[in-house]
Order: sequence, then C-alpha cells, then structure tokens
Amino acid sequence: MARNVSTRRKIVVTVVAWTIGILIFFPILWTFLTSFKTEAEAIASPPSLFFFDWTTENYHEVQSRSNYFLHFMNSVVVSFGSTLIGLIIAIPSAWAMAFSPTKRTKDVLMWMLSTKMMPSVGVLVPMYLLFRNTGLLDTRTGLVIVLTLINLPIIIWMLYTYFKEIPGEILEAARMDGASLSNEIIYVLTPMAIPGIASTLLLNIILAWNEAFWTLNLSAAKAAPLTAFIASYSSPEGLFYAKLSAASTMAIAPILILGWFSQKQLVRGLTFGAVK
Amino acid sequence: MATLHTRSAARLMIAPSVLLLLAWMIVPLAMTIYFSFLRYNLLMPGMEEFAGFSNYTYFLTDPAFFQALFNTLAIVLGVLFITVVGGIALALLLDQPMFGQGIVRILVIAPFLIMPTVAALVWKNMFMNPVNGLFAWLAKLFGLQPFDFLANAPLMSVILIVAWQWLPFATLILLTALQSLDEEQKEAAQMDGASAWSRFIYLVLPHLSRAITVVILIQTIFLLSVFAEILVTTNGGPGTQSTNLTFLVYAQALLQFDVGGASAGGIIAVILANIVAFFLMRMIGKTLEA
Repeated sequence: MARNVSTRRKIVVTVVAWTIGILIFFPILWTFLTSFKTEAEAIASPPSLFFFDWTTENYHEVQSRSNYFLHFMNSVVVSFGSTLIGLIIAIPSAWAMAFSPTKRTKDVLMWMLSTKMMPSVGVLVPMYLLFRNTGLLDTRTGLVIVLTLINLPIIIWMLYTYFKEIPGEILEAARMDGASLSNEIIYVLTPMAIPGIASTLLLNIILAWNEAFWTLNLSAAKAAPLTAFIASYSSPEGLFYAKLSAASTMAIAPILILGWFSQKQLVRGLTFGAVK
Repeated sequence: MATLHTRSAARLMIAPSVLLLLAWMIVPLAMTIYFSFLRYNLLMPGMEEFAGFSNYTYFLTDPAFFQALFNTLAIVLGVLFITVVGGIALALLLDQPMFGQGIVRILVIAPFLIMPTVAALVWKNMFMNPVNGLFAWLAKLFGLQPFDFLANAPLMSVILIVAWQWLPFATLILLTALQSLDEEQKEAAQMDGASAWSRFIYLVLPHLSRAITVVILIQTIFLLSVFAEILVTTNGGPGTQSTNLTFLVYAQALLQFDVGGASAGGIIAVILANIVAFFLMRMIGKTLEA
C-alpha cells in the first residue's frame, strides 16, 4: 500500500518536473527547430512544431552570405588559445601554492580572486585605447590576451582546489627517491592531476566561448568570434529568423555538449570550491 | 618541510601569474583613474587638459546616471529574486525521486550554457516580437492584444531574459547543496512528526543558507555588468529606460568618444562592485580556513 502511494507520487513528480524542464529548455528547442524551416514557415501563424518541410538551406545560406566558418574558427582559436595559455601559466602556480604553502599563500589566492571582481567596464577605456594604439584591436591575439587574463584567476583557483586533494606524501616520497622538480611534475603530479586539469580546461573553454563583453567591444569584422557575429543579427534586415536560428544552433551546440559532460565541475569551478 | 631550494622554486612558479595579474589590475585601472581627471574626447585629439573632478560631477549629476543606477539595481535584485526563489523550488523538485532525473537536469541546466547574444536575440525575435513572436501568437489565441515587450517594458524584458540564463546556475548549486543534506536527519525529523513545511523552514533552509549566500554574491558580481543582453535587445532604450551602469559607460566611451566622462563612470562602477566583492571575499575566505 505504502509502495503504491510512493509510486503514484513519483509519477506526479516526474510529470511536473518534465513539464518544467521542457518549458525551460523550450527556447533552445524552438531555435533548433526553426533553423530547419524556411523563412516563411519560421514566422507562420499558427506556428508548427514538427510538421513542416525540413530544409538545411539556412545552414548553407549562413555560410555563403557571411563567412560563418571564419567566425567559428575565431571562437575556437580564442577560447582554446586563452584556456591553454592560461593553463600553462596557472599549473606551476597552483602546484606551488598547493604543495609548498606559505603564510601568505591564502592572501595571494584571495588577491587573485579579487582581480576577478573588478567590473570590466572599469578598464574598458584604457584597454580600447591600448589595443587601438598597438594594433591589437580586432585581432585574435588581442582577444586571447584579454580572455587569458580575465580567466586566469578562475583557472588557478580550480586547479588549486583539485591539487589540494592530491596527498602530499606521494610527492615527498618521490622527492626522497631523488626525483628532480621537473620529473616530479611530469611523472608524479601530472598523471594524478589530469582529471582536475581536464575539468578546468572544459569549464574555461565554456566561459571563454560565451564571453560577451570584451569580444563585443574589442573585435569587429576580422576577429569577431560567434558572440559578436550573432550580435550583428540584432539589426533587423527583413525576414531572418530561420537564418538566425541556424547560426545560433551552430554557435551553441558544441558548448551545450561540453557543458552537459561537466555539470559537477561547473558548480565547483563557479563557486571557487565553496560548494562541492 | 620545504627546503630553501623548493621554496625559491615555488616563488618562481607563482611569479608569472602574480606579475601578469598585477599588471592587469594596476596598469589599466591607473589609466582609467588618470583619464577620469582629464577633459579628453577622441573626436578632438590633442585637446586634452586637466579637468579636476568635473567629469565626476558631470557624470554624477547626469539624470541618465540615476536612471542607470536604478536600472542596475533593478536588474540585480529582480534577477536575484527570480533565480533564488525559483532555484530553491526547482532544486527541491529535482531532488525528489522521479523517472529520467538525469535528462530533466540536463534540460534545466542548458540555458546557462547559451552565449548571451544568442539567448537575447532568440527571446527578442522569436518570443517577444509583437508581430511574429510566439508570445504574440499566444496572446491572439486567447483573444488578447499582443504586447510589445521590448518597447513597453524594456527593463522587465531584460530581467526576464537574464533570469532565464541564471536560473540554471542557482538551481544547480542549490541542488548540489541539497544533496549533501543528511538523509537520516530528514528521516528523524519526519519520525518526530515535523510537517513538510517545518522540515523545510527548520532543516532544509538553514542547510541551504550557505549555498544561497554564495549564489547571491556570485550572481551579483556578474549581474552588475550585464551588457550583451542589453546591447542586442533594446540598445539601452527606449531613451535610457533599460540602460545600466555598464551600458552607460560603454555608450559614453565608444559611441560618444568621451574618454574622460566614461572613465569617471568606470571608476564609479568599480567602487560599487568593490562593496559587493568585500562581502563575497569574506565568505570565500572563511571556506579556505575550513
């Protein structure tokens, strides 16, 4: 009897949760479906959910009208580039702070985090002028530099919380056996740290891919990643819902897939280890 | 037992990050402070002169500033209210046993992974558009007049779009915290005859308080600088009805080329964010000790 009640309850919870889940997800689903409609069907009234003539024409159109692939590659280069450079700088730092902590380590970590609190708009003017004067405006290099700097504190923090969980005794033992610093890093630490590094990499690619303050302000036609390219659809130019949807679907699909694989790391990385 | 050798090696390994972040923090900020005391417009090069506090008085007495300050607070508080209340409700729901829990979780998390410009444009065109949007179609279906969201309630529309993006974040963190609640404690309370409501008030809510604080503080940092959503939907308008502080500074700098005025605005934004950051840092500092 009790079991019966709990099954009924489970079914009710399931129906409610799925309804809410689908409602929250609906704008994304709708974008995906619209990307396969013709422009006329995209604004048809009443709108059709599944029963329309599916076409992939929009995807071709988006590429032929504007160089979509260029902007896609800009996003790839900028997000991977800034994350990889960030990791190269951050791994030694996080390693040192996790395994040879001093009295000031905590202060250094907190200070690094505090740089993340500075609102970007506070340094927009000088960054714009510096970039203009050094020719970095609208270049991939410039965007990589800025995104590396804004995400460096998060990378260091995430790595630090992961490295902290590696038992220090193992490193001591390796040191006793006469392993040099570089050997210690390559053969002992790295294999144990790979999962943490992978999670950090994933989260930061997501953050860099979606970053939409600096990419919008410091890039124009040449180096614009997808965030800035999609923004160019904001000016109305006739009927363009289906094309907007196609461009959007391609821009969000890779990150949706990455993000679904890294739900747990998302929480940890975004709360700086405060919620695990 | 760190030796002198490893200690200096450690210092060497930390140095690049520290120096980079130090440069990143000091150089542009010092330049902003310097510019904020200059009369400096990019359209009139070579005319720079010391202006004292006039940029600040100009910015602080501009009616647009008060509108922007109000809008900034409205966006922060509005989004926080929706995401925290909604997040608690959703987390409690997703914590229940159900079929296909993993898939529902994925559906709920998705909006957080969407880039801001895509999210804003999809809402603007395909939902809120008064002619072709889905909301307009729904309104007509019920015999109502379609509502032009972005023209008549621009600030509310921006809040709605941003809240949709941040609801998953709050839900995810609160759900993670909820799952660390001791099952035995819940059962014990149930055995003692505590109602579902009093279990929520006296057991679940106190357990979540820390996660709620973290959600509020981290979201506030990001919500203070909402930008892309405003740029692609309302462009700050009509007038300055949906201009927040970040957007106001952007408009002053890159649309009016007023380097001095924009810099003063930037410094004001930094001061505001620092007040919030102060509390956040104390929170996270405490967890470091634990």
